[in-house]
Amino acid sequence: MDMNFFLSTIIGTLCFAVLAPIVGCLLSGADRIISARMQGRVGPKLLQPYWDVRKLLGKDKIAVSGSEDTYINLALFFSLLAGGIFFSGGNFLLVVFVITLSSLFFIVAAYSTRSPYAEVGAARETLQVMSYEPMILLMTVAFYQVVGTFDVGGVMLMNHPVICTAWAAFLGLLFVLTIKLRKSPFDISSSHHAHQEIVKGTTTEMSGPTLAKVEIMHWVENVLFMGWVGVFFVYANPISIAVALIAVVLIYFFEIWIDNNFARVKWQAMLKWAWIAALIAGGLNVAFLAFM
Amino acid sequence: MGFASKSPWVIHYDASSCNGCDIEVLAALCPGYDVERFGIINTGNPKHADIFLVTGSVNEQNKPVLQEIYSQMLEPKVVVACGCCACTGGVFHDCYNVLGGVDKAIPVDVYAPGCAVRPEAIIDAVVEGLGVLEQKSEALKEQQKRGA
Repeated sequence: MDMNFFLSTIIGTLCFAVLAPIVGCLLSGADRIISARMQGRVGPKLLQPYWDVRKLLGKDKIAVSGSEDTYINLALFFSLLAGGIFFSGGNFLLVVFVITLSSLFFIVAAYSTRSPYAEVGAARETLQVMSYEPMILLMTVAFYQVVGTFDVGGVMLMNHPVICTAWAAFLGLLFVLTIKLRKSPFDISSSHHAHQEIVKGTTTEMSGPTLAKVEIMHWVENVLFMGWVGVFFVYANPISIAVALIAVVLIYFFEIWIDNNFARVKWQAMLKWAWIAALIAGGLNVAFLAFM
Repeated sequence: MGFASKSPWVIHYDASSCNGCDIEVLAALCPGYDVERFGIINTGNPKHADIFLVTGSVNEQNKPVLQEIYSQMLEPKVVVACGCCACTGGVFHDCYNVLGGVDKAIPVDVYAPGCAVRPEAIIDAVVEGLGVLEQKSEALKEQQKRGA
């Protein structure tokens, strides 16, 4: 590992840490307005998620477990680091592992509260990681086969976008994206809405400033995952960046539509369908790229 | 105006209501009144909530439950008694098992009368509660400053 990698990662992470929460907050606000409109409501203001987090930061500090806040801090840190590596053009595989590490800290934080609801939520979150991880890994392999390197920056030297030969892997990514964005039908570990049998799942015992950090982490994750969607459309032509942004907006809208139109499934169905998607979309794409 | 009153998350508990007031509380959250316009979300989790909406009168059975939920909520917090039973005990006030209104178990900040309480009255009471929430938020900030 050379000095350049360290420098670009540190600068990338700092920029990402400043910009991603702003973009993620606006995305989340737009999500709530669009969801409300789909349900025939007016919905909150665009900045509502920001006000929510500011309010949470001003609440009294009470934690049921002394270590919960530390785990959440680490989860937030690793999600920012993953975003920094990705948007500074670093190693895609490393990004996937670092964001998984972030998820693992989040799971440990939920377990550390020892509440039955949070424990069920943590167990389900683990199943969610199990469900989407094979597809995500196959996606990075397909990316490597097309670009010739795991470096995200490699797409800038391509003369066609990755999606041309990895469209099946892209469809597989879309399938597991619903799990990663914590949207219905796969919001089984912690729902945004108060109609779940396990209260708030993973975040049941988290409150005030700790919950605010979890919210910020979700914003940051969403920006990173939308970056994954966008990278499929980017190549040497600068116009492709505009195309990627349009694609990201459309996919995000599509995810909100899914969220509002599908009922939550059981974990067995989620695991089965995510692995089938990984095997067919990811597996066949990787096989074609390897042998054809 | 601070941030405390811009994102009031509520938790709703049915003490011993006939469900008349409960239906009106839910009506306030539905498209007709859509209180999410003001950032109000029904959380179902006392640790995430700022405003405690209680319907129905208090008896010996539900008094500890009310107190437990109240104690799990983080400061600043506001309690709104929704409906006549929650305010005073209503038509059940002289039943042998009824203690009275919600204020017999926990401190109440805003009373919203009505049988059943109208969604407009609930929204008015919550907006009234926002002022109290703001005051309590300022008090908490002062307290934290002195403690630091």
